[in-house]
Amino acid sequence: MDAMLTVRNLDVYYGAIHAIKGISFEVNEGEIVTLIGANGAGKTTTLHAISGLIKPKNGEMTFCGANLRTTSAHKIIKLGLAQVPEGRRVFAKMTVQENLEMGAYARKDRGRLGDEFERIFQRLPRLKERRRQVAGTLSGGEQQMLAIGRALMSNPKMLLLDEPSMGLSPLLVEEIFQIIQDVNKGGVTVLLVEQNAKMAMQIANRVYVMETGNITMSGQAEELRNNEQVRKAYLGG
Amino acid sequence: MDFLVQIINGLGLGSIYALVALGYSMVYGIIQLINFAHGDIIMVGGYAVFVAMVQLGLPLWVAVILSIAVCTLLGVIIERLAYHRLLVKNAPRLSLLITAIGVSIFLQNLFQLGFSSSAQSMPVMFPSKVITLGSIQLSFSTVLNILTSVAMMILLVIIVNKSKMGKAMRATSEDAGAAKLMGINTNSTIAFTFAIGSALAAVGAVLYCNTFHQITPYMGGMLGLKAFVAAVLGGIGNIPGAMLGGYILGVAESLTIAAGGSQISDAVVFGILILVLLVKPAGLLGKNVQEKV
Repeated sequence: MDAMLTVRNLDVYYGAIHAIKGISFEVNEGEIVTLIGANGAGKTTTLHAISGLIKPKNGEMTFCGANLRTTSAHKIIKLGLAQVPEGRRVFAKMTVQENLEMGAYARKDRGRLGDEFERIFQRLPRLKERRRQVAGTLSGGEQQMLAIGRALMSNPKMLLLDEPSMGLSPLLVEEIFQIIQDVNKGGVTVLLVEQNAKMAMQIANRVYVMETGNITMSGQAEELRNNEQVRKAYLGG
Repeated sequence: MDFLVQIINGLGLGSIYALVALGYSMVYGIIQLINFAHGDIIMVGGYAVFVAMVQLGLPLWVAVILSIAVCTLLGVIIERLAYHRLLVKNAPRLSLLITAIGVSIFLQNLFQLGFSSSAQSMPVMFPSKVITLGSIQLSFSTVLNILTSVAMMILLVIIVNKSKMGKAMRATSEDAGAAKLMGINTNSTIAFTFAIGSALAAVGAVLYCNTFHQITPYMGGMLGLKAFVAAVLGGIGNIPGAMLGGYILGVAESLTIAAGGSQISDAVVFGILILVLLVKPAGLLGKNVQEKV
């Protein structure tokens, strides 16, 4: 069976800088796959290439059979691929409700949005309390939940999450990761980019390790958790 | 009472500035471009009314609709031909600004070529009645200007806050990248913003023609500059701010002229801008938004 998301020999340049050096990986339906690595390894760049925000130089990217390289950025969400961007990037001047509406912008079945709101509010009850509030006034954790809720409003097949633990307290990180697991159990495939390798490897099925634009290791999460090199470099010994 | 009349006359004049300022503010809000060609779109709107009413003898309402249609189309064409590629290629904002000045000069010269540089007189458009409210007497055009500008602002606020396209505009202006991730076609959203801004400019052009009764290919210059000042004064990117800025400018101008200072009225207008920006750099209703990371 073909993987849900396939990336083959992806090359991305920023001007003369070769940021992604021919990486290949795939994500199968139902999995949680994590891409770990240090700051500047190219994780966010990889996600931006998948979601069309930057144009790669070479390589193939397919999602559910569709060629992502020839799909414009704003059409990718319609394929069922939603992204929770790094730094949350909620629309700070818009209300929580409006942010969620924006997540459903591309949906054709707008009559069903009421149910979708209910589902999101059930999963993220704190957003319901704050639905009339402007997103810029939310705490970091709440903004992260909003960013996840916003992406879920598109009813995606796969969720790309970029550093959801960034800047959050350990307790909130636990909460966010629990949400990610719940979302996955609900049938959404997850590609998780994280610097917090320890947390990411706890919930992931498979792991890819990125270093300076290359994938240097990959495997089942429990295998890599016991790998000496990974333990030293990413799990604090 | 005379003082009050001057204030209301100022509001009438300010209404024209306000309508033009809205266009500056909206375009700035979405692509951080000061569209210096915006003033010239009003000039084109004025000539559209002139051609329709004087040269073709069409009725007023047709001329108004035609002017709005021409300006809307022109706004979108300018965006597509002049700015779009620069935006896609992520050119520095300065290149966009210079392009905007180029478009402005091009339009002025084009209309000078077509209509000569001398002023064209506009016919009487709306009944020139005098309206008496208690002890104050106002011209019909003053009342028309104020009512039209308020109606347009209300309409605009409804579009921006309630419609799907309006929300897409706000999302794009905050974070175009995140907006794309939501499935918003930011290109058509930007084109839509130019269309609305230009349509409002056309309404401003109709009011201008009715108030001043003559047009020249260069009328967009000073009018555009004052409207830009109004937008900055109110807080650029802010819709009520642009309106407020327009009204303040109009009233200041009207009061200065009434006090016998018609020679220095422009200096007063720009002086107010300098004073306000010294005290409140983001403009009267503008906010220094602090980004939470």
